[in-house]
Amino acid sequence: MNIIVCIKQVPGVTDVKINPETNTLIREGVSSIINPFDMYAIEEGLRIKEKFGGKVKVISLGPPQAINALREAVGMGADEAISLSDRAFAGSDSWATAYALALAIKKTGDFNIILCGKQAIDGDTGQVGPGIASQLGITQLTYVFKIVKLEPESGMITVERLLEEGREIVEAKLPVLLTVVKDINQPRGATLYHLRRAAKLLIPVWTAGDLPEADLSKLGLKGSPTQVIKISSPPKREGALDMIKADSIEQSAAILADKIIAEKIL
Amino acid sequence: MPLLEVDKDKCIGCGGCVEACPLGALSLVDDMAVVNDKCTACGACLLACPVHALNLPDTRPRKSSENLAAYKGVWIWMEQFHGRTGSVSIEMLGQGRKLADTRKVALTACVLGHHVEHIAKEAISFGADRVFLADDESLADYTTAPYASTLISLIREYKPEIFLLGASARGRDLAGSVASVLYTGLTADCTGLEIDPENDLLLQTRPAFGGNIMATIICRDHRPQMATVRHRVFEMPVADDKRQGQVISIKAAMKPEQITARVIDSILEKDEVNLADARIIVAGGRGVGGPAGFETIHKLAVVLGGAVGSSRGAVDAGWISYAHQVGQTGRTVRPDLYIACGISGQIQHLAGMKTSKVIIAINKNPDAPIFNVAHYGIAGDLFQILPALTEQFRKKLRH
Repeated sequence: MNIIVCIKQVPGVTDVKINPETNTLIREGVSSIINPFDMYAIEEGLRIKEKFGGKVKVISLGPPQAINALREAVGMGADEAISLSDRAFAGSDSWATAYALALAIKKTGDFNIILCGKQAIDGDTGQVGPGIASQLGITQLTYVFKIVKLEPESGMITVERLLEEGREIVEAKLPVLLTVVKDINQPRGATLYHLRRAAKLLIPVWTAGDLPEADLSKLGLKGSPTQVIKISSPPKREGALDMIKADSIEQSAAILADKIIAEKIL
Repeated sequence: MPLLEVDKDKCIGCGGCVEACPLGALSLVDDMAVVNDKCTACGACLLACPVHALNLPDTRPRKSSENLAAYKGVWIWMEQFHGRTGSVSIEMLGQGRKLADTRKVALTACVLGHHVEHIAKEAISFGADRVFLADDESLADYTTAPYASTLISLIREYKPEIFLLGASARGRDLAGSVASVLYTGLTADCTGLEIDPENDLLLQTRPAFGGNIMATIICRDHRPQMATVRHRVFEMPVADDKRQGQVISIKAAMKPEQITARVIDSILEKDEVNLADARIIVAGGRGVGGPAGFETIHKLAVVLGGAVGSSRGAVDAGWISYAHQVGQTGRTVRPDLYIACGISGQIQHLAGMKTSKVIIAINKNPDAPIFNVAHYGIAGDLFQILPALTEQFRKKLRH
């Protein structure tokens, strides 16, 4: 099984706080992490490899420091890594990101399964996975939370997808692109052996020039159909916090119940 | 060229942007903001600048607008599951009607499925002027390729200006595929859609960075302008069964033998877990203490006719299943009433629920961050407060 995992480096959310005055993000020190959903994708890739053999290749499009995310993935056990990094890619929206990643995946050669997280926690779009699948013309199975069956001989895969109403079991022919949700597995930590390998591994950095098929007008900011034109504060909620404090719990409960009933939302 | 421009005449070196940048792309050098190549043009700094010294220049080449003029009309994809229309689709018909009226164009609904003629009628009653109906066995269960290819060929033929889908699992799956093939812009998870009176473009507003900022996005040079729309943001329109509209039957674009994915089975969750549709959610966190504690949560949810949610902490502890998880790695919800019990309110949880209409926080710690987003709060032991509250609602809602 040739497995490709697409990962994104995102701001480490745990140390983000909100400045109540300006309502903007405050970050104490700047750390970056692998998008948490992509951790599940890496883990699932490693599990498939352990069961069926093959290779796990991780790819990331991002600024130069995104190479650290790739080293982290290699530290978990990924075999190879490719960094897509070039000013020509900067400012890519989900369309241009998927376009560049799809071209890079094509260049890497044969693959059976592509894994992505269901979305990135900074952009929250969930559009890059489907975008890559469409660019490559392969089947996409999104929101996967379990691989039920994988048969390399017949080239079939069966997965469970997590949807609003429940779960859905879908069977598809390889190659496929899967986007995975949190519950699919428990990502492993790095091991000393793999960390040593990660430190030494030569990770190629591909620029736009390394993607000969690329239409340069479709890369980066200039190739992105969408454009952010305004940033604003979210609408402030009306009214301050009403802390209810009566003499007894029953009284507090009664006051709260009356206020909620008066909101006319029940 | 850097993505962000700093106007050196305006910059006062206050450092607000440095703090606001989630990527560490800004620093102060000689009391002047300097941007490095970590910048992704996300725009988070623009709000923080008190003197408007920051600017994201538009470096794209402009394309001719001639071809764009050929695109007319507002389209909605009607999501359905086993013949039942998704409520987000109906909400979009309401908002789509307004957009179509502003642009003085028709509103079209796309109904795909098998035995779904009734949804075509429903769409017209809620505001559609025209329905494309693809009723075919190959569309009975949603899978990406047959749905996407049918919509893509329709869009290529009839050229809508705006195409909206629900930001549900299927909606996002489908929209990402369609926009990718058509090479057009797609904005995920919009909470605001308006027509810019100056240039007739669709202004698509969505929360970014866990809801801490709102970004307004346009798609200037590509059509259709596509967006997925968050559930329960736009008002449900009122049905008018007398409305007339045109139903055009179309063929599915793929033959059954071309389809490479097949739905074998569906396992439906109990109604109480359907957080996306729930108007009321009672959620428990670490403070609930264990699986048995969720019984107390459940009782209040039953009295209010609501669903049970949870924080990540409670799910990770194994007290309740992942389907209940609200927050960044769970579901984003926007109920009319969200009751957070024993949830401290980590930013990841708040990102998933803070746009709820009314939020009640019940927590032992009066300084817990959950109280910062709550409208009503009681500081105290949830095991005393919840039964009392359940009893009060039971009494007061009986009439």
